[in-house]
Amino acid sequence: MNWTLLLEQTLNGFQFGILLFLLAAGLTLIFGIMDLINLAHGSLYMMGAYFAATFIKWTGSFLLGAILAIPACMAFGMIVEMIALRTLYTRNHLDQVLATFGLILFFNEFVRLIWGPIGLDIPLPEVLNGSVELFLGIRYPAFRLVIIAVGILVAFLLYLLVSRTKLGMLIRAGASNRKMVGALGVNINLLYTFVFGLGAALAGLAGLMAGPIMTVEIGMGEGILIITLVVIVIGGVGSIKGAFVAALLVGLIDTVGRSFLPDILGIFFSNDVADTAAPAISSMLIYLLMALILAFKPQGLFPPRGA
Amino acid sequence: MRLGILGTLSIGVLLVGQVALAETVKIGFVTTLTGGAGAIGNDMRDAVELALDHLGRKMGNSDVKMFYEDDTFKPAVGKQKTEKLVKKDKVHFVTGYIWSHVLMASRNSVVGKGPFMITSNAGPGPVAGKLCHEDFFSTSWQNDQTTMAMGEVLNQLGIKNLYIMAPNYAAGKGMVAGVSRTFKGNIVGKDMTKFPAQLDFSAELAKIRAAKPDAVFVFYPGKHGIQFFKQFSQAGLKGTIPLYSAFTVDSLSLPRLKDLAEGSLMTQFWAPDLDNAVNKRFVADYRKKTGRYPTFYAAQSYDTIMLINSAVTAVGGNMSNKDGMRTAMRKANFPSVRGPFKYGNNHFPIQNFYLRKVIKDAEGNYTTTIIKTVYTDHQDPYAKDCKMSW
Amino acid sequence: MKWSPRIIFIVILMLGLGVVPLLADYFGEPFYTVMFSRMLILSIGAVSLNLILGFGGMVSFGHAVYLGIGSYMVGIGTMHAVEDGIEWMANGFLQIALAIVFSALAGLVIGAISLRTRGVYFIMITLAFSQMLYYVAVGNEKYGGDDGLSLYMRSDFNGLIDISNDNSLYYLNFVCLLLSLYLSHRLINSRFGMLIRGAKSNEQRMRAIGFPVFRYQLVAFVIAGTICGIAGVLSANQTEFVNPSVMHWTHSGELIIMTVLGGLGTLFGPVIGAVAFLFLEEFLSGITEYWQLFFGPMLVLVVIFARGGIDGMLVGLDQWWSRNSPVKNEEVD
Repeated sequence: MNWTLLLEQTLNGFQFGILLFLLAAGLTLIFGIMDLINLAHGSLYMMGAYFAATFIKWTGSFLLGAILAIPACMAFGMIVEMIALRTLYTRNHLDQVLATFGLILFFNEFVRLIWGPIGLDIPLPEVLNGSVELFLGIRYPAFRLVIIAVGILVAFLLYLLVSRTKLGMLIRAGASNRKMVGALGVNINLLYTFVFGLGAALAGLAGLMAGPIMTVEIGMGEGILIITLVVIVIGGVGSIKGAFVAALLVGLIDTVGRSFLPDILGIFFSNDVADTAAPAISSMLIYLLMALILAFKPQGLFPPRGA
Repeated sequence: MRLGILGTLSIGVLLVGQVALAETVKIGFVTTLTGGAGAIGNDMRDAVELALDHLGRKMGNSDVKMFYEDDTFKPAVGKQKTEKLVKKDKVHFVTGYIWSHVLMASRNSVVGKGPFMITSNAGPGPVAGKLCHEDFFSTSWQNDQTTMAMGEVLNQLGIKNLYIMAPNYAAGKGMVAGVSRTFKGNIVGKDMTKFPAQLDFSAELAKIRAAKPDAVFVFYPGKHGIQFFKQFSQAGLKGTIPLYSAFTVDSLSLPRLKDLAEGSLMTQFWAPDLDNAVNKRFVADYRKKTGRYPTFYAAQSYDTIMLINSAVTAVGGNMSNKDGMRTAMRKANFPSVRGPFKYGNNHFPIQNFYLRKVIKDAEGNYTTTIIKTVYTDHQDPYAKDCKMSW
Repeated sequence: MKWSPRIIFIVILMLGLGVVPLLADYFGEPFYTVMFSRMLILSIGAVSLNLILGFGGMVSFGHAVYLGIGSYMVGIGTMHAVEDGIEWMANGFLQIALAIVFSALAGLVIGAISLRTRGVYFIMITLAFSQMLYYVAVGNEKYGGDDGLSLYMRSDFNGLIDISNDNSLYYLNFVCLLLSLYLSHRLINSRFGMLIRGAKSNEQRMRAIGFPVFRYQLVAFVIAGTICGIAGVLSANQTEFVNPSVMHWTHSGELIIMTVLGGLGTLFGPVIGAVAFLFLEEFLSGITEYWQLFFGPMLVLVVIFARGGIDGMLVGLDQWWSRNSPVKNEEVD
């Protein structure tokens, strides 16, 4: 067993998990509080990446562009909420799935119309473009360390926001009993728009973090959206803590599976079979995990509602 | 003026007492125009249009109509678009095809159904071997050939331990098979990644670092190549382990890769600086038209149109004379950007393969230059499985 | 039967579908036979989904998995028939039988586990199962992996019907659609159907009365999957190509869209929806490259304003018709 490899892969899984958490946190909040399945959450992630690429090009600075992209994405999300999504809160999940699927199609074409079909690059500043020597001689890409750091910071801030502020109290109350919050005389519309904007900002942050690694392109949010949905369902819809745990779990399983499965399968099968079957089986692992968890805990790991 | 009006009249209208008008040559071109790979299709389309410009937008006396279709990188969509070209637009030639899996899915809808099929890029083994067909031609290469040349180069460089990475689809498998055919050292690791979904190679790069190979060889066409080179460098592997590639660094990715690829070695049948008159004109006019260096995709697409032109002019625009057109195409008697070449019995070119290196040109643009010839008149290994002879 | 705009529309649609190959041949445009053939096959898929989604209220986000199972039965069968000379494996009856068996089995397993959950968890777990089978197909190198299998012949129906001809295949699809509609009609109007519909509107009550709701829902789930599996057999023959993307979640999503667009929980709604969806896709994309820019918002508007889908709009038209032409109605009566 190669321990440094295992450690490096764990870091990789952690980094992917963090990225998933940024997406899942917003999605689970929106889901938990407004009871809205928002398939277009992946589009917000895409918009974040496109905004970032554009602003970074305009300002010539990665940091400045990134800082501008987040409020832009938040504003964008709030506008979308007010125009299209507000009417969907009272509808059933099926209607929501359909309407937000329609939004995905729209946003993809919208981006194609504005930014062209080819996709953009987010260039990294020199400091982040290399690798850093960690302990035990492990070298790790600097930007991926930044992703991990930012993700943990955001998780901590979210924790503070939700558990220590009045707004957080409303969010928690909203996730466990929506009607009650409305009855208390809170401006529900404003709360919903804000929560949606918060989710959009988080998705945008994830998009701008993923951009330099995975290219900024149309449809980039769709594959990761499904994995994010898996994350929030495993974690329990509406629970930020659940989203955090599940995101790291999924990230680790995906990466570690991708890395070690060929070797494990190689013990039982011929190398060719192992080489081609392993990526497919490792992609399958997270769905297997979800099915298993739901079979035993039908509400996910941390169901927020006292049901 | 009068000719113009007549030319626009639809086919099948019988004009009594008139000289029979040459039928419009209809060419379908299936490629990828959207998404990350859209740049490739765009490049091919530019080359096709340039070829038509060079021909005065006519083949012999016949007008030419192009039908560009977007396969969106999906075999099922490519198949559907191909079906439409054959059944609805009733084209005479179905061409294009970047991706081997799209070509494999679409082949049955064309071959044996009337039109000729000409691949402008993809060259999976089966269509060069067992499934070769009298109506199927290639203006590119068979997948294994380029990486077979790379295997030879690696032997010459004295590489003992090699790590291979490629996407897990028809062409990726062919490329890996090619390099494994000729490389004599040890393959210490091999990763086939999901295509096109996987763009984050962190797990694989960690494995490469742990395996400590003498060299890494990758096949990642399009945006995947850009991401791989970037992440390879970000992981601190650039400069410690040499990286060789095929179809990964091209004129589309070079402006985005810049110094990440400088000095990088690859094998190919063609290069922008290949010294022949046709190529010089093609590269110069292409750069004038688009402001970019042409890619190999563009070069092959240019040849596709020229090959069709040689067929159409040989039969005087009589599109029903399929035998005549086939005979003409088998001669490969057209100005090719790769210089003169011959077709093998399986309708795949027998051609040279060169070793190319990324350099900066006089104006500071990144391009490639030919270092040496690896293979002269090389025929693909599948030709012997093809039962066709002529 | 009382004639109303809606009935007339549906009759014209079904009659129209019945003569597509004749018209296409007459106008020398055989491509349209192929295009409408696809509509028929997806209609069958949508009709089967409608059984559980529209009548049973079970939002399955993995229904395309059965299309995949049916398709691979054909793909694998003909591959062995062509490459290894095992001719009986290309037999269409056998392929249909296998598609039924395997779809039913898959439906049983997926349903038995998924039906223990509710709401979004049900949506996600059906999605999870379809993704798992998707990756099974991706990882199965022997049967083409991600690249898929090209079919070098269509299924062989013992000379009973030669589907290598596009028109014959079209009519096979058409008959299968009619059969699935008939079956669906019989089912939803049976006692079984009443139960399923009852469980949709008030599951607790049905359970309280003493019906084993879970068992009934499971049976409905299996039947829907089986019908869709047969559609998969037809689909593979139509496209002469099988690859994992037929099971991808986006394809399941499209089936849902077709069903809802046409009208949930109505007999002909899914057919209308499938035809409308593919029609829009074909013709909007012919007009503009950016067709989804219009299709997307249209979907949103249909969800927000036309709650019963296209069929719901037709019902609205009927009501408007009977309100505004009382005289006419009296005359007819």
